[in-house]
Amino acid sequence: MSDLALWGLFVAVGVGTFVMRLSFVELYGRWRIPEVLDRALRYVPASVLAALVLPAVVYPNGHSEFVLGNPQIPAAVVAAWVAWKTRNTILTLAVGMGALWAFKFMGS
Amino acid sequence: MQYRTGTDAFLHGIRTLMPLTPGVIPFGLVTGVMAIEMGMSPGTAMGMTLLFYSGSAQMVALQLLHNGVLPVAIVVTALIINLRFIMYSASLAPHLHHLPRRWTWPLSYLLSDQSFALYSLRLSAGQPDRFGHYFYAGTAIGMWLTWQLSVLAGVFLGASIPESWSLSFAIPLSFLALLVPNLRSAASLGAAAAGGLIAVLAIDMPYNLGLVMASTGGVLAGLLIERFRRSTVNTMDADDAERETP
Repeated sequence: MSDLALWGLFVAVGVGTFVMRLSFVELYGRWRIPEVLDRALRYVPASVLAALVLPAVVYPNGHSEFVLGNPQIPAAVVAAWVAWKTRNTILTLAVGMGALWAFKFMGS
Repeated sequence: MQYRTGTDAFLHGIRTLMPLTPGVIPFGLVTGVMAIEMGMSPGTAMGMTLLFYSGSAQMVALQLLHNGVLPVAIVVTALIINLRFIMYSASLAPHLHHLPRRWTWPLSYLLSDQSFALYSLRLSAGQPDRFGHYFYAGTAIGMWLTWQLSVLAGVFLGASIPESWSLSFAIPLSFLALLVPNLRSAASLGAAAAGGLIAVLAIDMPYNLGLVMASTGGVLAGLLIERFRRSTVNTMDADDAERETP
């Protein structure tokens, strides 16, 4: 991608995000957020994050090629358990990476 | 606590943010490292960080740039991820809208998950608070500095990290770390399960349409489960019903 296209992408996301952050602070009193949208927005983080995590774990090469003995799957299960138990980002990252290295070492 | 001056409130905001920074720094480091590993110059990587000021959207955009996804699809995906800011904005608007634009515009740019959480917790304490927006500014500026500096540190560490460390796995891991603790209701669990499953099945869709489909499917699943549970909850006793609502 050209530098111009790349910066265009950054500016588009930056401006769009700023407009969303400002939206109701600027328009307060002029319109209300519809109730259905309000409830739908609450499920956006869970579904988007899961949609990012699962394929990245299951397909380490970025396309639909199932790798036998993929060490990312058990490592992610261990990390998910740590995240559930501790709610600690650093610990989840550390244990997940440690588990990946351990499973890789055992597999090779 | 009532503040005597704006400075008091601002400094208290910064102190309140401090315990959250250990969760932010590794995420920032990984973002900086990823940008450099993808071949971005330090200037481009920091420009992206300043313009986005949104860790998850930036990580996703980096991942999609890496996969060679169409730029328009990247912009749409990043903005979908950031839709939650509309919700935050709606929730903070009653407390910020009266301020002049030299306050509201910078404070809006600085809105993040962390500063939103801290300020709304303070607001839920309920007392009228003359210097509340100084407290929010303290959390927001503290968060902004933490994020920019940790990405910058990642940018300069980037080249020195060997491939065999599989550091790219840290990205799905950090999403996992954000996702799992928030799955406290059947509806959010259903949203995540549907989103993840559709994304795995639709991995070969062009232009990252799989992610958009999966996100939409996940949200619909969440709404359906919420509605279903609400209608069954009515027939259960009130204690159980209260525990089920997040």
